[in-house]
Amino acid sequence: MGQKITIEPVTRVEGHGKVTIHLDNEGQVTQTRLHIVEFRGFERFVQGRPYWEAPVLVQRLCGICPVSHHLAAAKAMDVIVGAGTGDGLTPTGEKMRRLMHYGQMFQSHALHFFHLASPDLLFGIDADPKSRNVLALALENKDLAVQGVMMRKFGQEIIAATAGKKIHGTGAIPGGINKHLSQMDKEHFLNGKAPMNIDSMIEWSQAALEFFHHYHEHNVGIIDAFVEFPSSYLSLVRKDGALDLYHGVLRAKDQEGNIILHDIDYQNYLKYIDEEVRNWSYMKFPYLKELGNDAGWYTVGPLARMNNADFIDTPLAQHEFEKFKAYNKGKLSHKPMHAHWARLIEVLHAAEKMKELLNDPDLLSGELVVKGTRQHEGVGIIEAPRGTLFHHYKVDHQDQITLCNLIVSTTHNNQPMNEAVNQVARKLMTGKKEITEGMMNAVEVAIRAYDPCLSCATHALGQMPLELTLLQNGQVLHTRKNR
Amino acid sequence: MNAPRVLVYGYGNPGRQDDAVGVMLAERVEKWVNHHGLDWVETDQGYQLNIEDADRIADFDYVIFADASVKNIGSCLLETIEPDPRTDFTMHAVEPAFVVGVCEKLFQRKPRCYQLHIRAYHFEFMEEPSKEALSNLELAHREVLAFITKLGFIKEMTANQ
Repeated sequence: MGQKITIEPVTRVEGHGKVTIHLDNEGQVTQTRLHIVEFRGFERFVQGRPYWEAPVLVQRLCGICPVSHHLAAAKAMDVIVGAGTGDGLTPTGEKMRRLMHYGQMFQSHALHFFHLASPDLLFGIDADPKSRNVLALALENKDLAVQGVMMRKFGQEIIAATAGKKIHGTGAIPGGINKHLSQMDKEHFLNGKAPMNIDSMIEWSQAALEFFHHYHEHNVGIIDAFVEFPSSYLSLVRKDGALDLYHGVLRAKDQEGNIILHDIDYQNYLKYIDEEVRNWSYMKFPYLKELGNDAGWYTVGPLARMNNADFIDTPLAQHEFEKFKAYNKGKLSHKPMHAHWARLIEVLHAAEKMKELLNDPDLLSGELVVKGTRQHEGVGIIEAPRGTLFHHYKVDHQDQITLCNLIVSTTHNNQPMNEAVNQVARKLMTGKKEITEGMMNAVEVAIRAYDPCLSCATHALGQMPLELTLLQNGQVLHTRKNR
Repeated sequence: MNAPRVLVYGYGNPGRQDDAVGVMLAERVEKWVNHHGLDWVETDQGYQLNIEDADRIADFDYVIFADASVKNIGSCLLETIEPDPRTDFTMHAVEPAFVVGVCEKLFQRKPRCYQLHIRAYHFEFMEEPSKEALSNLELAHREVLAFITKLGFIKEMTANQ
């Protein structure tokens, strides 16, 4: 019998998870597993409720990205009320939802980069945890820390202006949206006192990319070589191949970059994607049927979106996209740490999109809702900050939800995260008897690149102490806790 | 003398049974504040605290964070918060003390902050809190109203009004 290292749970990763690393008698890593210890239960919570409540109810899944769930559910309910699949709304309905979504993407990515990832980058993976955090960041680079907070705030204000209250957001309703943007809000976001206006946000987004480029230049080993493994990639793209975070068709590429899911209508996703249950995890393992359950796993999220899109339809982000593509010689990037780069390109894209929308008169007036022939089944898919988010519902003749199936980004990324942990473990833990702080954090850094929200994936509340245990033949050799 | 600025910030998930009591407290206080026209008292709600709340609290003199608690504290407990020297951070585990610490570090402001723990028991996917938690919420509500009243800027009114 070999050794087993357990990391439980993972800090600065949402929810409650643990990592076990199995070593053989020679100390070689034989297996790594990212375990999720809570169970799913949300789908049942929604069953029996009237369909129009779903966009509000699903926000209760998790406080990290309630807007993404709100919009994915609303898109599914658009189908139920006969309003089409995402692009059948009125211009006002779709644009208000898009503004809400870009606000969500902007603030979520900003939080991730500035306050979860940048301490690792600035202080190093091996650094003492006391100096690898946002407060230390504030001392080291206060501007960066403040910008992160204010970008979060700006995104949250956009959400409040489009969705309503943080807790009871009701903006998106089946078939559209329930309000216009007010002239006052428009003026505030476009021309508010600096830095709380959209031009400052664009400027800061560009500065964040400059920060990243400078860091990358001097730390190629971390960004390029820390972890690398081939993966397939899944995301929405617009019908013309552009990056589209709100709506599109499903595209998947294999490890070589060949398109294997050819821009399909996501209402038919079950023809192409299945989910496998494994006895050691409460989280499912989705896979592309064409490749089978062993080889069909794929990555979603910012890196997948950069790998799958043909172009970006905003000029500044397109410029950065071209740099990204050129750096990777036009091929797929299989480097999970490049997700940070991709995330920042999306921050800039979201800021540009928000500016474009804020200048659009359709947000101030126009029809809000459309309806058509009632349907009994609908799928809503959106690109959430962490990746592709699936909401699938069936509704009976009494308007009650009879089926709810959710596949969240972190579930899609289950296998890639396991692969990333496996690679780090093989590199750092082979032959080791003791767990160092650096080893613990290296595992976390690999997982953190996916910005996982385990709470959402398992539909559980999260508590985040960190514990790592090293076992040999079932005996604990060493346990280490962060707090 | 101007009235101090007060923020009552309730957080929790209204879809997780007793976890809703912090949010419900903020809603109740908001009604009371509106009824009496107390423009120096604000309320806010969230599923959880976030880092940008450091900016949210910066301009207040007093902040009360209200949340469900599983600690054995009786019905409710109001305690002072000091900036947290802890260094780790997760989006799910942002504690009020951390928010206060970030506020002090980034914005050089230090409002007097309190945490109101409301004893909670059940956290299933249900929207109706338990009777016990609702009873505790009632006591917590009185505690907050008494706190605000004691600041001395409310005339001829009792906390029960």
